[in-house]
Amino acid sequence: MSADPLSRAFAALADPTRRDLVARLTVADATLTELAEPYDVSLQAVSKHLRVLEDAGLVTRGRDAQKRPVHLEAEVLSLMTAWIERYRRQAEERYSRLDDVLAAMPDDVSPLPPPRAVSPNPRRTKGKQP
Amino acid sequence: MSNTTEIHVDSEVPLVRITREFDHPVDKVFRAHTEPALVAQWMGPRSLTNEMVRWDCETGGGYVFVQRRGDEEYAFHGSFHDVVPGELIVQTFTFDGMPEGVALEKLRFESLDGGTRTRLTTTSLVDSFEDRDAFVAGGMETGVVEGYERLDELLDA
Repeated sequence: MSADPLSRAFAALADPTRRDLVARLTVADATLTELAEPYDVSLQAVSKHLRVLEDAGLVTRGRDAQKRPVHLEAEVLSLMTAWIERYRRQAEERYSRLDDVLAAMPDDVSPLPPPRAVSPNPRRTKGKQP
Repeated sequence: MSNTTEIHVDSEVPLVRITREFDHPVDKVFRAHTEPALVAQWMGPRSLTNEMVRWDCETGGGYVFVQRRGDEEYAFHGSFHDVVPGELIVQTFTFDGMPEGVALEKLRFESLDGGTRTRLTTTSLVDSFEDRDAFVAGGMETGVVEGYERLDELLDA
């Protein structure tokens, strides 16, 4: 198990039941009994899943000794989604530029550029040096 | 624009997979990856300019490129391990600011819809989750909170 919080959070969400629990907790806090209701598994199994989510910092349990409502830690989840979304947007920005490049190219091209003349100095710089 | 960029961040192995489709034939998309003058026009964000110091996209070849914005400068280098025209590019990728870090990247080009469209699947694998997180989080300001709008995407991954 990786030590850093973000990796722990990703590992915790690798399980479909735990993803479902998190999705339901985005709507409202819920007790263990409420959370376990739709699943065909024991309370104990659901409790185990919650403990993994708790260890990953994704959920906390309330102090109320009887109900101990489960609360989603939105900040951790936001960090994960922001982290992924930023990377996705960087890729999307790159690929939308590639769309423009493709639109400007002739349709009928070979996959490789024609071979270049061999140059003793492969460094082809444009503009000023840093 | 109907072509969306999809991302999969694996929890079992330290990899990131990005899938994107293009409304152009596979040879064209491939050429935009192999010809340095074309690559320079789209690699990286719009705000940075690319200098392709070297871009020999062939099996056994290699690359060096530098991205600039004002006084900022970011250099990258890697090797082309396998280049199969119209099908596959396997390359290494290192950001010189993290010289110990290296990603192994596989770019798979698939022809769609009778050759009129292309699906590009890029898989980047690094040797630890910490490295992957550093790659993906690179440049991310701390405290970025964007709410829940991508929760569905995360949960569907």
